[in-house]
Amino acid sequence: MKYNIDQIKENALQELESADCKKSLESLFVKYLGRKGRVTQFLRNISKLPPGERPEAGKKANLAKKSLDAAFQKKRLYIERKAIQTEDRIDVSLPGRSPAIGSLHPITRITDRICDIFVKFGFNIAEGPEVETDYYNFEALNIQKNHPARDMQDTFYISDNIVLRTHTSPIQVRIMEQQAPPVRIIAPGKVYRCDSDLTHTPMFHQVEGLLVDKKATFGDLKGMLTLFIHQIFDDQISLRFRPSFFPFTEPSAEVDILCVICRGKGCRVCSGTGWLEVLGCGMVHPAVFENAGYDTDLYKGFAFGMGIERIAMLKYRIDDIRKYFENDLRFLRQF
Amino acid sequence: MKVSLSWLEKYIPVDMEISALADALTMAGLEVDNIYDRYDYLDKVIVGCIIEIRPHPNADRLRLCAVNTGDNLVNVVCGADNIKTGMHVPLALPGTELPGSLIIEKSVIRGEASGGMLCSATELGIGEDKKGIMNLPDNLTPGENLAGALKLTDHVLEIDLTPNRPDCLSMIGVAREIAAFNNKPVQYPSSKYIASGIPDTPENIINLTSVTLKNTDLCPRYGAKLFKNVKIAPSPFWLKDRLISTGIRPVNNFVDITNYVMMETGQPLHAFDLDKLAEKKIVVRTAKQGENITTLDNKEQRLSSRMLMICDGEKPVAIAGVMGGLNSEVTDTTRSVLLESAYFDPVCIRKTSKKLGLNTDSAHRFERGVDPAGTIKALNRAALLIEKIGCGYAVNGTIDENPVPYEPLSIYVKTEEINSLLGTEIKRDKIIKLLEDIEFSVKNKKKDEADDLLLITPPSYRVDIKRPVDIMEEIARLYGYNKIPVTFPVVPVQAKASSIHIAHKKQIKRLMTGLGFSECINYSFINNKSAARLNLERDDARYNMIRLLNPLSKDHAAMRSSLVPGLLETMRRNITRSMHNLKLFEIGKIFIHKGEDTLPNEKEIITGLWTGTRQASTWHDNDIPVDFYDIKGAVEALFDALKINKTTSIRFTRLPDNQCVYTKPGYTARIISGNKTSGIIGEVNHHVLKNFNLSANAFIFEINLTELYKLIPETIFAEPIPRFPAVSRDITMIVDKNLESANILEQLNLFGEKLVEKLQLLAAFEGEPVPINKKSLSFRITYRSAHETLEDNKINAIHKKLSDKLITEFNATLPE
Repeated sequence: MKYNIDQIKENALQELESADCKKSLESLFVKYLGRKGRVTQFLRNISKLPPGERPEAGKKANLAKKSLDAAFQKKRLYIERKAIQTEDRIDVSLPGRSPAIGSLHPITRITDRICDIFVKFGFNIAEGPEVETDYYNFEALNIQKNHPARDMQDTFYISDNIVLRTHTSPIQVRIMEQQAPPVRIIAPGKVYRCDSDLTHTPMFHQVEGLLVDKKATFGDLKGMLTLFIHQIFDDQISLRFRPSFFPFTEPSAEVDILCVICRGKGCRVCSGTGWLEVLGCGMVHPAVFENAGYDTDLYKGFAFGMGIERIAMLKYRIDDIRKYFENDLRFLRQF
Repeated sequence: MKVSLSWLEKYIPVDMEISALADALTMAGLEVDNIYDRYDYLDKVIVGCIIEIRPHPNADRLRLCAVNTGDNLVNVVCGADNIKTGMHVPLALPGTELPGSLIIEKSVIRGEASGGMLCSATELGIGEDKKGIMNLPDNLTPGENLAGALKLTDHVLEIDLTPNRPDCLSMIGVAREIAAFNNKPVQYPSSKYIASGIPDTPENIINLTSVTLKNTDLCPRYGAKLFKNVKIAPSPFWLKDRLISTGIRPVNNFVDITNYVMMETGQPLHAFDLDKLAEKKIVVRTAKQGENITTLDNKEQRLSSRMLMICDGEKPVAIAGVMGGLNSEVTDTTRSVLLESAYFDPVCIRKTSKKLGLNTDSAHRFERGVDPAGTIKALNRAALLIEKIGCGYAVNGTIDENPVPYEPLSIYVKTEEINSLLGTEIKRDKIIKLLEDIEFSVKNKKKDEADDLLLITPPSYRVDIKRPVDIMEEIARLYGYNKIPVTFPVVPVQAKASSIHIAHKKQIKRLMTGLGFSECINYSFINNKSAARLNLERDDARYNMIRLLNPLSKDHAAMRSSLVPGLLETMRRNITRSMHNLKLFEIGKIFIHKGEDTLPNEKEIITGLWTGTRQASTWHDNDIPVDFYDIKGAVEALFDALKINKTTSIRFTRLPDNQCVYTKPGYTARIISGNKTSGIIGEVNHHVLKNFNLSANAFIFEINLTELYKLIPETIFAEPIPRFPAVSRDITMIVDKNLESANILEQLNLFGEKLVEKLQLLAAFEGEPVPINKKSLSFRITYRSAHETLEDNKINAIHKKLSDKLITEFNATLPE
């Protein structure tokens, strides 16, 4: 009895091997697994065994039934599949009928990613005019007329008092004029500088961020931008805050990341320094708050700005800034 | 600014690697852009040993040298007299670029090949001896690099200074910054000049010249010294070499000393030939109407009344702080020199230098602000150097016109405020130490209620320090930005959502890509002629584009008033590069002129362009050229996806022929919402295609996004799914050819029959057997009730009634 079930299973499998149609398969099934089949009979007879042998015999028999069930199902499907096989073939490697899908400009993709990260941080997206008054673009940001700081940005003029905005920072002032603190905005847009060479286009894109609240520290600025850099690049990347100068923030800093191309060894992209400048930032200068009518004793804030082309170049390894605005379809379609 | 390490080390010991120094400066806010060795240009100059000297067969003065270069013999033609066999000499190999732009190449000199050049120390820029070929020590190995053999190395740091730090536009300024992080004091050069005067004469400067300041607001301080027995000559090598190391061209001893002192201290000086000054005096005043001056660069400058001039008894002799005049220039024949050291108003200097386009080292410093207390110190330093070189004697006495004495600033700051801005816990003692390291004086001003208060006086040269926050930045910078702990602001729950338009724009861009269009970004500025190329009429608001005063090129001269030119240019660019099938869109602003000195009206527009095929040919289908209904379908699909109700919110209707500007009459639809035209769809007409050098048909649409946003429903309310079957009936009508089928749909809606679910156009047909000027339109009307299954006879009656009404309304006939 002990070895019998193994024998039954062996026999069943052997016979199954030679079954080649639905009919012979079904009769085999009845023979072994049917109500009066051999396996079923065996299971029924277990109760007649001495109590000590029953558990082991039951276990074995159930395993045998399970594997036979599976073998029968496999064979059944095999026979069914065989029945529908014909000589009819198509070339599945031929291309399908795809609806043509377009592409988003890389600048849009990166802008959206940057904004999405800051929206998670509780920022609202804002926009502002591209043609600006001298006041909003410069003076309200503590960049006086006839100050050498104006040399930092080559400006396109429409008239003495109207310029193409040289940065997205005027949006800061416009928002502060309309809204009482707390303020948390992120403002993407086109900016213009009178500069065109291998590494500059006269139009490019920036994202500006501003946070104003009762408490905001330089440490907070570092924390938020560190988190941002880690999210937009990767969370292993090293970064550093380096003292710099912007008339509308103080203290001011530039943020460098370890060169994504050479990982700090020095290469053409980072001009051998191992670092890449990716954004400028700082604590809002009290003069800017004064111009916007905010109480400098009550409120603190920080602001930051970054060039989108630059970040897109690093992320997508784009080697020539002019490609952004040539709109060569072979370039656009890659994104 | 270029700073050579060897010069810098005169003022501060540098005991760190050059890269570590550059890093430390960068992290202190003095960004080092570049580091190089200033002897890099000698990289192809090697040590050679002359093996043999032969006469040149075709030239008496030249000789042929065989020079051992270690593993080779090089033949060199040489004209110098001092060469000898066995002499070790510098050999510049082909490819060397020597000072003065002398490029060494392989050449043939009078029929003899020369594989380089034997050089003098002067030619190499490393010494003064120009008499003959440099005689190198015999122990040098032929073939060795000359700079290596002579241990010539001097690193130069190129520092990109921010405009707030004019104090660092000098060697001493940079040394001070290094002192702050290197904990070593600056070794200031001696400026303790004790006038020796001209031997045996009691002359004093005040008896020989005078200085009068007419505009003390623009020139609050003017110092002068007088030098006699002046001998103008080239400077000694060490002086020239220092200037060259920072990129300044040596001129003569006097001028070189003024530049040297400027580079050392940051104070620009100017030397006048005293004998050329009318009445031998100096008057500082603004220019008079009609006055002119020829500056040292030999250009005549037209002066205006707000420009500050240094004048003699009659006329301007220099543009204050910007550039000297040719009429008072120090030349070889100069015997007496008046040396100026002054403080000029930064704004005045900047305006003048901008207006005249004169961007000099002097103006660069004055417009950023020189040390208001450094005037006389620099003058004395120059006097010391002049006597050291022996190019003149100083007359006793110094003129120091100082009608508006410099007042040091006092700034009060609380340590608690510093820490609360920075997010730090820097101790009071540490703050004081950091400030004192950069020579700020700190006093603890006792106040009953505020023990915490510090009274700080920045040194005179720190013209950027004006308010408490400036002090805080110094603390942050010196403490180290990277040591400030990273925290995260407490961000309250979002109080206000971004404008819904931002979300719409994002969605529209994605829908467009789903419809097969690729996004472009074109420049916002376009060619001035673009409006004309679009055939816009003069009274069209878009015709009069906003022009830039300083465009980079004529293709970028005006702000675009339409996105169409940009897309047509993009189309052309792609077609030139053999890409003919294009589906492009752009979202961007157009700028509509609203008057002089007024901000323009900025409107955000979406424009699409489709040219080439409906679908690129594949093994399934052949090319089918794109037509009007393809691009219209894309627009309709966009509206559908935005849930804009096409039957109630918008209407497409033919744009009257006389309003088709750049599109083809008869093939242009306008998109009407309410009673406003919010966009157009059409085929670009052939005139305009030609204007843009295009021949392929192009279909475009333009929609004002602000208008489009208004049509997008704020919310969607779900409707029940119908439970009863629909019944449909067809009708074919012969109508006037010019009737727009949309009118029939609208009319049907007007009838208000509730059982009508939708109207669908099945076929539109013109030509035989339909009469001329008529067309046949077949519609399918679908009827459905929400409450019951409709009976045939009920529907037939309704359908008959509606059909009759439509036929009457549109004067239609039924097909025969």
